[in-house]
Amino acid sequence: MSLVFDALAGLLVAGAALAAVTAAAPRAAVIAFMGYGVLLGLAWARLAAPDVALTEIAIGSGISGIVLLRAAAGLPAVPPAANRALAAAISVAVALGLAALVLALPEPAPSRAADAAAALPATGLGNPVTGVLLAFRALDTLLEKIVLLLALVGVWALARDPLWRGRPEPLFAGAAPAPSAFLARVLVPIGVLVGAYLLWAGADAPGGAFQSGATLAAMGLLALMAGLAPLPRADDRRLRLVLLAGPFGLLAAGFLGWATAGAFLAFPPGFEKPVIKIVEIAITASIALTLILVVLGPPAGEERP
Amino acid sequence: MSLLLDAVTLLLVSAGVLFFAAGTLGLLRLPDPLTRIHALTKADNVGLALIVLGLLPQAGSVMAGVKMIAVWALAQIASGAVSQVLAEAATLEAQIEATAREKRP
Repeated sequence: MSLVFDALAGLLVAGAALAAVTAAAPRAAVIAFMGYGVLLGLAWARLAAPDVALTEIAIGSGISGIVLLRAAAGLPAVPPAANRALAAAISVAVALGLAALVLALPEPAPSRAADAAAALPATGLGNPVTGVLLAFRALDTLLEKIVLLLALVGVWALARDPLWRGRPEPLFAGAAPAPSAFLARVLVPIGVLVGAYLLWAGADAPGGAFQSGATLAAMGLLALMAGLAPLPRADDRRLRLVLLAGPFGLLAAGFLGWATAGAFLAFPPGFEKPVIKIVEIAITASIALTLILVVLGPPAGEERP
Repeated sequence: MSLLLDAVTLLLVSAGVLFFAAGTLGLLRLPDPLTRIHALTKADNVGLALIVLGLLPQAGSVMAGVKMIAVWALAQIASGAVSQVLAEAATLEAQIEATAREKRP
């Protein structure tokens, strides 16, 4: 029975992927891609990887989806045939390359999972994924945070010179529809609570900085769409401090490791969990704000509300 | 007793799936945005409610049941508000198209 379910889920994922790459218009392609992300999350959940499933649905489908939707709105409804042919060729090449790599893996595939699980008690954490992200492979996480910051710099670089300190384009042309204000008032407090819970539970259960940051970002965007909060200015000092809190918090913890544990990004013995949690809170705040600003797009005006 | 509960689950979840199937059919076959939203909200509301009701007897603890009901309630709020926003946008678009048609000789 579960084989039938898994086969159906696999077919649905493949079908949604095919719909995304063969769609005629950019908007239809993005919507298919968002559906594909949700179905892929289902597949990850079936593979007993709830952390990956949460991230795929929140970031891969949700936040990336809204970024792509806004980008698609600025594209011609029918892309040139040459672009489509090139994109198709690249898609096929990537798919074939990945398939070849997966098929070339030795059986059983090499894995450090047993080592990670064995070393986990030293971190004081219960969720091996958080242990890998924040302790065993913290250097990767640090670089990931810096890449995220670079992505925002890339988005801001699209602003016209005289405007780049200002606010982004409003999400709605006119006043926000009344139902979205209602939705924001009801859902944002609950969503913020869920985001905080995802971060806190991430130490011992599925969840963590990225899932929490994406949830908080969605709540922030909801409030901004409903006009409940003013759009942020790119030159706001507090905003920039929050953006830098994550990468620099992790860097600071890294240097602290030199002093207290003898290695960069080693955590002080006995205080692993508190230090990891504090760094995670800073990282979550940075992720949430970066995602919001990437969705809002480049600054486009000085005095817009 | 457990057989009875399983039967309740089967019945209610099947009914919920039927509502989702009908909603999807409506989304694909109905002619304009407003009627499609109308079809979808039935799936979201009654379909999800029936599935949650059907799964309640299978919940391992009271907390798990409360969480399922919370999922349904949150989906209600979101789907209701989003349908309104979509309907408003669709009406606006139809009005703009109508004015454009009138202006054309």
